[in-house]
Formats: sequence, structure tokens, C-alpha cells
Amino acid sequence: MIRTEEMLLNVGPQHPSTHGVFRLVVKVDGEIIKEATPVIGYLHRGTEKLAEDLQYTQIIPYTDRMDYLSAMTNNYVICHAVETLMDLEVPERAEYLRIIAMELGRIASHLVWYGTYLMDIGTTSPFLYAFREREMIINLLNELCGARLTFNYMRIGGVKWDAPEGWIDKVREFIPYMREQLDGYHEFVTGNEIFLNRVKGVGQYTQEEAIQYSLSGANLRCTGIAYDLRKAEPYSIYHRFEFDIPVGETGDAWARYQCRMAEMAESLKILEQAVEQFPEDGKIMGKVPRIIKPPKGEVYVRIESPRGEIGCYIASEGKKTPYRLKFRRPSFYNLQILPKLLEGENMANLIAILGGVDIVLGEVDG
Amino acid sequence: MTEEQDHQSNQNQEKDTVDPKAKDNIEEAKEQPADNPLNEESPEKITTPSDQQSSTKKERSTDTKSEPSPTEQSQTEKSKSDKPKSEHTKRPRKKHTKKDQPPEKKEPSPNQPILDHYVKIINKNLSKDAIDDAFVNRSSKELPTIVATPKYYFSIAKLLRDHEELQFHFLSDIHGIDYESHMEIYAYLYSMSRNQSVALKVKLDRENPAISSLAPLWKGASWPENEAYDLLGISFENHPDLKRILLGEDWEGYPLRKDYEPYDVEV
Repeated sequence: MIRTEEMLLNVGPQHPSTHGVFRLVVKVDGEIIKEATPVIGYLHRGTEKLAEDLQYTQIIPYTDRMDYLSAMTNNYVICHAVETLMDLEVPERAEYLRIIAMELGRIASHLVWYGTYLMDIGTTSPFLYAFREREMIINLLNELCGARLTFNYMRIGGVKWDAPEGWIDKVREFIPYMREQLDGYHEFVTGNEIFLNRVKGVGQYTQEEAIQYSLSGANLRCTGIAYDLRKAEPYSIYHRFEFDIPVGETGDAWARYQCRMAEMAESLKILEQAVEQFPEDGKIMGKVPRIIKPPKGEVYVRIESPRGEIGCYIASEGKKTPYRLKFRRPSFYNLQILPKLLEGENMANLIAILGGVDIVLGEVDG
Repeated sequence: MTEEQDHQSNQNQEKDTVDPKAKDNIEEAKEQPADNPLNEESPEKITTPSDQQSSTKKERSTDTKSEPSPTEQSQTEKSKSDKPKSEHTKRPRKKHTKKDQPPEKKEPSPNQPILDHYVKIINKNLSKDAIDDAFVNRSSKELPTIVATPKYYFSIAKLLRDHEELQFHFLSDIHGIDYESHMEIYAYLYSMSRNQSVALKVKLDRENPAISSLAPLWKGASWPENEAYDLLGISFENHPDLKRILLGEDWEGYPLRKDYEPYDVEV
């Protein structure tokens, strides 16, 4: 038997595989992880505190900087919260633009995950393919709102910019192209034996554990629970589209991979229907008072972001600024299960498990 | 032409200005005519937090000077400075304790029977005093809301999770709010099997906010409760690992409290 010594190992805060500033204090005995303690807060900017001094429209750019890989859903959640509180109607054309932007964002976000996850566990080429397609989506969104990542696109009651001429056609053309690429990804990676050995049975948990830890998104669905807020509590105009909720069975990194890959295909389905139904003309902003002052009261809304359930709570006192604003940040909740997953695991699986959870540190730290 | 230029200027702003707030001010100015008083306020808002605090304080103190009430005059200097705050909270206190139904919506909420059913189950299984208040929050998608008494908060949460007619297995969110007169915990529970949501609230003493932790029921409550402890100073009993999670261990004060004064040795 080999004699080993317990050792404390710092992973991060600057570690490429954490994709941000995240520190993990790991106690290892030889190759086996005895204990892992996540240390977060390096990217805490106090969004909720800052928001208490900001008007509602001014808060929207701050939400871009939380989950910066899918800023559209963040934009949406705060607009949706204020609209719910004020009982505002959003014009149909704006709703479609929002859906198209959000679903494009979802695909872009999953593409980043796909590329970086595979790079984390040892292969570089998928990253290049994924970023090629992601670049196309970012160019589309750039044409729509003039920004590549921090969109600041949605407004309370609608969207800021109408689709430029020919933009919808560009989205329409992108869908079959992306489908083809997805098939290519599957051919390239999904059946690969080395990849399967790295992810099958790694970071496994049960349905009960997933619910215990308040996991959401693909992290929850990989255990077989078909829970997607777009279906469970349809917001915006999601009830008009036909799509499925991909679920896994095994609850391991492999199931999470399958879920996310299938979700991209489902998003393409939604996009396809959305561009077909896209209204010829119409307003992009609803009837919104010049100064947004929601009535007194409190509201909590939640929507499905690529990473899970993102929620927004507003306590309003009828003023221009929120009295209290709170975001339920899915990455923050999803990361809690990490110490449990890492305990007893091989050191080499650390990155495969952390990457599989799919966190964005801007969102973890708020 | 205007559309394109707007697009371009938006891009330029994105590059030039680091501060998104400043950028939005420009946008705001574009969208809103000059008679809007907000625009005059906004430059002041970009100042440091300490400047802001002092400016709001000034405003408050001038408020009280202009309208001195007889009771106020008799009060000491210290309580005088507290007075405007309590005036501020008078309205919200009413708001958040009473059934907040806007006057225009007079017909009962479709979720009222559901809430009544929950209340009945809780009263039957725990106690008549378990619930402080229960109402349907009409502005939050008709959300049934239960305000628990601190003593029964944990047992109500447990009942909501375990009772076979309730089955709120999923904790969506838990956070704290400082209402100046009191602190509040807001937990949002969801039942996947029944596709129903409920909000569970509890009011805490502001001087010494403490409540039993929900982490023994949901492991997922652990970090959010840490966050509430970190930013609001609410302590949770029976929490497995209560610590400052986002700020450093040596941080002074609780930033999300309304009377928070930023403290920095270097400033």
C-alpha cells in the first residue's frame, strides 16, 4: 500500500477552468479529494445595493453583467418583474423579438459551455467549432442591438430596437445551418469513447438530492425531472411554441451534456416557429409612462435561463427606484452541491465535475 | 438615417463609457423631455456612496425642519434624526402587513380558495397562532402569501414541504429585506407535482434579527441564508455553516441595511 499524506490544495482564484474568479480549497489524500470548500465573492459588485439608487431602466445594464453569457434572459427577468408589478402589456412584435433574442442567447450560452467543457476535459478542437457558431449568433445580436455581450436590449414594456431589415431572414437562414453543425458536434464528440469515459458516472446525484439542493436547469433535468419554467409557468408567449423538455436519466455529467445538447435543438425549434409567426409590423414599445413608478407592492417572477431558474424579486414603494431588488441567481444555487459531488472523487475528475455544473461567476457573486 | 445613427452612437457609448449608469442617463435624457426632474438628480447620483448618504440626510433633515411637529420638538437629538426614517416607513408598513389589494380589483382572487385551504391545513396541524397574516399577492401573479409568526416559521415550512396535500418540495428562493421598522424573510416555495407556488414570509425584530434556518429542510437554503446574514445581518439558528459568503470576514456592517454607512479605512 502506498503511504500518502493529506495536503491542502488551492484551485483558483485564477484558474482557467473556473472560467472566472472562483477559489476551491481542496483537501486531498494522494489523488482522492477528502473535502472541498468553495470560496466565492471575488466578483461581488453589489448589484442589489447599487440598484436601490437606480431607476428601473438604469438597472437593466447591470443585469447584463451578472450572467454575461446569456444577458438577454437577465434583461428579460427584470423587465418581466416590473411589467408584472405594473400590469403592463407588451406588444406582440416586441415579445417575438424578445423570444428570438433569448433563444439565440440560450444557444450561444450552451455553445460556450460545450466548447469550454470539452477543452476542460482535454480536447481543443470542439471549442473552435463552437465559437465559430457562437460568433455568428453574436453578430446577429450585435446587428439587433449594437452590443456583443452586454446587450441592454430590453426595456420595460418592450425592446429598444426594432429588427433591422432582413434580420429575421438571417435568423431563418441560421437555423438549418446550426442544425447541421449540431449533428456534426454529435458525430465529433458524443460517441467518442475517451469522452464517454470521462463523463459517464461522474458527478452523479439523484432526483431527491437535486431538489434538496434547489438545483435547476439542466442540472435538475439530467436526473429525469421534466421541469422547465417555459412549460411549467409559461411566460411571455412561450405557450405558442411547440417544443420538448429534454431530460436525462442518470444524473451524471454525461446526462447533463446530453440535456444541454438537446436543449440547443429545442431552442432551434422555437426559433423556427418564432420567425414563421413573426408579425409583419407593429410597435416594439407598449404604452409605458415616461417615468416608471410601479405601484406599492412586491413581486417575484422566475424564468428559465440557460443555467436554470432565474428569479427577480422587487419590493416597491411606488418610487422611481426599487426599495429592495433581489435576483435569484441560478449559478449561485447550483454551485452549492459541488462539495458533495467532489467528496471522495479522484482529483482528475474535479474539473469534469465543476465544468459540468456550468456556472458563470458573475452570476454566482452577483 | 436616425435609426442607423442611433445604432452607431449606442455602440460608441458602449465603447467609450465604462459606467453603464452614465450611458443610461444619456439614453434617459433622449427618451424623456427636459422637464423631467430626474435628469437634474442623476449627476448627483454618480457621486460616491458616502456623498449620497450625506445628501439624502440633508434632504431629510431639511424636511423635518420645515414641518416640525410638537412631538418631535420634545424629542432628543438622536431620536430626531431617526424620525424622518420612521415617517418613510409608515406607508410601507401599512402596505406589507395589510392585504395589499389595489382598489380597482375588487373581485376575489382565483387563488383565494387555495390559500384558504393552506391556512386551514396549517391551523389544523400546528396552531391557530401559527399564521400572522395570509393574503393573495395580486401584483405577483396572484401568489398565495403566508406570513408566519417567528415561533412557527420553521414548522410551517416543514409542513408545507411534507404534507401530502401541499408538497412544496422545491425551494426556489429565500432572502431578507430590511423594512426599517422590521426585517423580513421571504421564501418562495414551489410544488412540482401540483404546479403551485407559495410565498412564506416572517417578520423579525430589527435590533436582533434571528430566525431558525431552513437549511435542515433544504440544503439549498444554506448559501442564500449565508447571503442574508452577510448583507443584512440576519442570523439563522441551526444553520450548518453560518458565515459571510460574498464579503470578507472583516467587513464592517451589513450593506443592504437601509442605515448602512460605508466604511473604508483608506477613504
